[in-house]
Amino acid sequence: MNAIASLILSGGAISMLVAIPFLAVWVLPHVYGIRLEWLFGIVIPYLAAIIFFVGIIYRVVKWAKCPVPFRIPTTCAQQKSLPWIKYGYAEKLDNPISTAGVVGRMILEVLCFRSLFRSTKMEFGAGGNIKYKSSKWLWLAAIVFHYCFLVIILRHLRFFTDPMPFFVPIIEKVDGFFQFFLPVVYQSGFLIGAALTYLLLRRLLDPKLRYISLPADYFPLFLILTIAGTGILMRYVLKADVVSIKELTMGLVSFRPVVPEGISVLFYIHLFLVSVLFAYFPFSKLMHVAGVFLSPTRNLSNNSRIVRHINPWNPPVKIHTYEAYEDDFREKMIEAGLPVEKEAALPADKE
Amino acid sequence: MADIPESWKVPPPKAWKLSTPEELVKDVDHRPLSLLGLEKGWMRTAPDVEIKPGMHCHAALPKRLETVDMPNPRQWSAMDEDWKLPRNWKEIILEGFKDRLGRFRSFQLFMDICVRCGACADKCHYFIGSADPKNMPVLRAELLRSIYRKYFTTAGKLLGPIAGARELTLDVLREWWYYLYQCTECRRCSVFCPYGIDTAEITMMGRELTNLLGLNIDWIAAPVAFCYRTGNHMGIQPHAYKDMIEFFLDEIENVTGVRMSPTFNRKGAEILFITPSGDVFGDPGTYTCMGYLMLFHELGLDVTWSTYASEGGNFGFFTSNEMMKRLNAKMYAEAKRLGVKWILGGECGHMWRVINQYMGTMNLDIAEGSKLEEPVSPITGTKFENTKSTKMVHITEFTADLIRHNKLKLDPSRNDHLKVTFHDSCNTSRGMGLFEEPRYIIKNVCNHFYDMPAGTIREQTFCCGGGSGLNAGEDMELRMRGGLPRANAVKYVHEKYGVNKLACICAIDRAVLPNLMEYFVPEVDVTGLHEMVANAMILEGEKEKTVDLRGEPLPGREESE
Amino acid sequence: MYDGGKIITGVIIGLVFMTFPIWYTSGRAAKKPDIKLPVKEKQCVEPKEYMRVKHMQLLDLWRDSVVRVAQRSYVAFNGVKYDMSLQNTCISADCHAKKTEFCDQCHNYTGVVPYCWDCHIEPKEEPAEKPQAEEKH
Repeated sequence: MNAIASLILSGGAISMLVAIPFLAVWVLPHVYGIRLEWLFGIVIPYLAAIIFFVGIIYRVVKWAKCPVPFRIPTTCAQQKSLPWIKYGYAEKLDNPISTAGVVGRMILEVLCFRSLFRSTKMEFGAGGNIKYKSSKWLWLAAIVFHYCFLVIILRHLRFFTDPMPFFVPIIEKVDGFFQFFLPVVYQSGFLIGAALTYLLLRRLLDPKLRYISLPADYFPLFLILTIAGTGILMRYVLKADVVSIKELTMGLVSFRPVVPEGISVLFYIHLFLVSVLFAYFPFSKLMHVAGVFLSPTRNLSNNSRIVRHINPWNPPVKIHTYEAYEDDFREKMIEAGLPVEKEAALPADKE
Repeated sequence: MADIPESWKVPPPKAWKLSTPEELVKDVDHRPLSLLGLEKGWMRTAPDVEIKPGMHCHAALPKRLETVDMPNPRQWSAMDEDWKLPRNWKEIILEGFKDRLGRFRSFQLFMDICVRCGACADKCHYFIGSADPKNMPVLRAELLRSIYRKYFTTAGKLLGPIAGARELTLDVLREWWYYLYQCTECRRCSVFCPYGIDTAEITMMGRELTNLLGLNIDWIAAPVAFCYRTGNHMGIQPHAYKDMIEFFLDEIENVTGVRMSPTFNRKGAEILFITPSGDVFGDPGTYTCMGYLMLFHELGLDVTWSTYASEGGNFGFFTSNEMMKRLNAKMYAEAKRLGVKWILGGECGHMWRVINQYMGTMNLDIAEGSKLEEPVSPITGTKFENTKSTKMVHITEFTADLIRHNKLKLDPSRNDHLKVTFHDSCNTSRGMGLFEEPRYIIKNVCNHFYDMPAGTIREQTFCCGGGSGLNAGEDMELRMRGGLPRANAVKYVHEKYGVNKLACICAIDRAVLPNLMEYFVPEVDVTGLHEMVANAMILEGEKEKTVDLRGEPLPGREESE
Repeated sequence: MYDGGKIITGVIIGLVFMTFPIWYTSGRAAKKPDIKLPVKEKQCVEPKEYMRVKHMQLLDLWRDSVVRVAQRSYVAFNGVKYDMSLQNTCISADCHAKKTEFCDQCHNYTGVVPYCWDCHIEPKEEPAEKPQAEEKH
């Protein structure tokens, strides 16, 4: 798989995914008079949600079934040892020995991408002169992408709740802080586009990244970009019948599904792509969302010299015992004046 | 002297010669592809994967494997066409793969959640020094993941290469082997990974799998076999072990005028001391070993050495979990037999990863019914609370505590000719967090200490280039390439501050770094920490010292002779 | 399962968050907008389908036209001329008499907060009408 093939494959897949609802919801009714809104508005979203939840639970349970035989945190700060050696907050978080420390470390990891924040860039100069420079761009793009995604999901609660929970208008206010254009522009939609574009461009332009990237890396980027793109189109350009859409979405969450008239094909494309994302989620690298919580190098405390960690399958092994060792070397040991357990046994015969 | 492993004497193949440092770094280009990205991707193996001389180690000799009942012992070489694998090798690998997925959450998880963000890519010392794209940690893991996807995921089964999956072929196995033995399990990549994916875990699993087919390297298999029988990697038999220590006693007497009398296998001692046998066997570790002897003597410590548990290191760790456990078991077994109260461990890297993160879990059962108790320093009364469970204290923890309590008479000016920098070992750094203890000691035993630049020390420290059993002679190019980032940082402090001494707390470092320094920064010499401690220490009843343990003149004292 | 307790707790917390709309909505039937259409006037300035989706853009256009170029006359799709005025044309007695019975129905339903009323004074309706009338006197 090289970069071009990966791009063609993922790009082709996305085009197909856009074409399917377009053909089914727009072309079919016009040409053959067949209406499939119920499929794309009800059946597929439900199926996707089921796959999403069942899939995630299946994957997490599969991980949970694997034991953690050893306590292997990556220690990124001074250990807790002698009382006068500094073991402050930084150390407690990067080399924790308590549950509180581990929780703190995980919070930093999950909410702030702490490890990514350490990132450096290596510069290999002439004559093997190497420099390491702080490089926060990946961290920045990642954090912008993830938080914008969160904001967008929360904003979408206006389609899935009635009345809206208190925090949704607040988020909308903050997201539309600059109050320009009509309807008010939400920064998150454009920031996520920028972050995704950066993440895509670095895969394409950094030769190292281009080399390691698989179709499975381009596909989610394209998918989320297209979802964001259709959403932006709907909100700012082509417009959508928001009331009918809300009838449909509320029908979904209240399990009284309906397909109201007058919803544009663009919405069905948007919804179909979101369904694809949901269904794809449990089988892909996107599972890192759940996986990060289970990572044994992050969620364990560095206290195995203080408290014994139990390996559930700790195997019995064949050990070369001291007795066997002494049997092997007894004469030489005695000759060298080393103490032995069975002093008189063998050498007596020899003498 | 001791049985030197035969393979250790084997010269590198004639066809291969280590180039000069200038030549070595000349062609290093970290851009694996041309700008268009039109080339074949990494999934292709032959003819892209070429096992190069100088970049890999000799294959394990059959007798090593036989000693420890490892499968498929036979004469073979990685350069051979035929690796003499069992006919069902593929089944063995896949069975082993499945088994390990079920036993190690780390393995299963790390197969699943990588997003290939590339944060780890330029963090690996082997990638930095060789620019071989398959040395990027993410790609080293992908070599295994591609097989995982093919045989253990639905998408991989259905979509094949589109899902990043590929058949397990002999070429893939070759590629695995080549790159699994080009990783020192240093964990530097895991510091930067947003999900904490640890290539060391993946390499360990991969190496376990290669071991199912008898594909170990001799530099690991030989120490394992030796350690199993004689108790140490060097294969030093009990009488020879004692001889060597006694030889050190003569040396110490020559320098200091004080005769010491350590004990061996002595029952009823308070402390059992275990250090890597490299300290007993090879320079400059030997001077560190003398340092331990002098320290114990000066303190009048009730300590004994063991010839049975005469190895701190554990090359089983680089073989399989089971082998690690088998070799490590001797520590508690011997502590129990001798009835000691606690164990003191010498300066070593991976030894301490094993002790800190594995030993208690694996072998604490053996210590049941022993006289082991929570370690307390008999000199200062300090309780080592952080070792409550395993009862094993690191010597730098022990010595730092002594210095803190003013229990050592130190004259740091005896080390005034040294401008020292400190190399954090991978394992004590990222598998333990031992940063301040050694620095505290260094600052108290010498007057000129300069840390290397941030990003190359502490948790971001670089490997010496030869960890995890790769410190052989035949892979010297690999070692030099992997050691380049470390050497580069040493060179920086050498040029800036005139640093001439590289201190470390790891026996493999002491074996590996001298070659590296000689190659890249010949003005810098390597020392263990306790060699410096011993040189600065004023012994009770010592004669006027004119030379240090190496017989080199002490600054300002040459005239007095 | 290993660390089952912690992992299951985590999964449940995750599920609770992710299914928020379902349990938040359950038991409460979503109230669909109940729009009162004008009795007299049968035709808006543009077709219904257009107005449903794009009325906000039209109003935005009107505002700019009135405020910035003082152009108040709007020629509708059917040639009829209208005065561009939110309060005199749209929300007039003959058309959408009451904001609460027209605008607010959908806006509240979909959680839209238009900023029309940042500048315009909200028309007071029935219960509030009397005091207003008194004031005028």
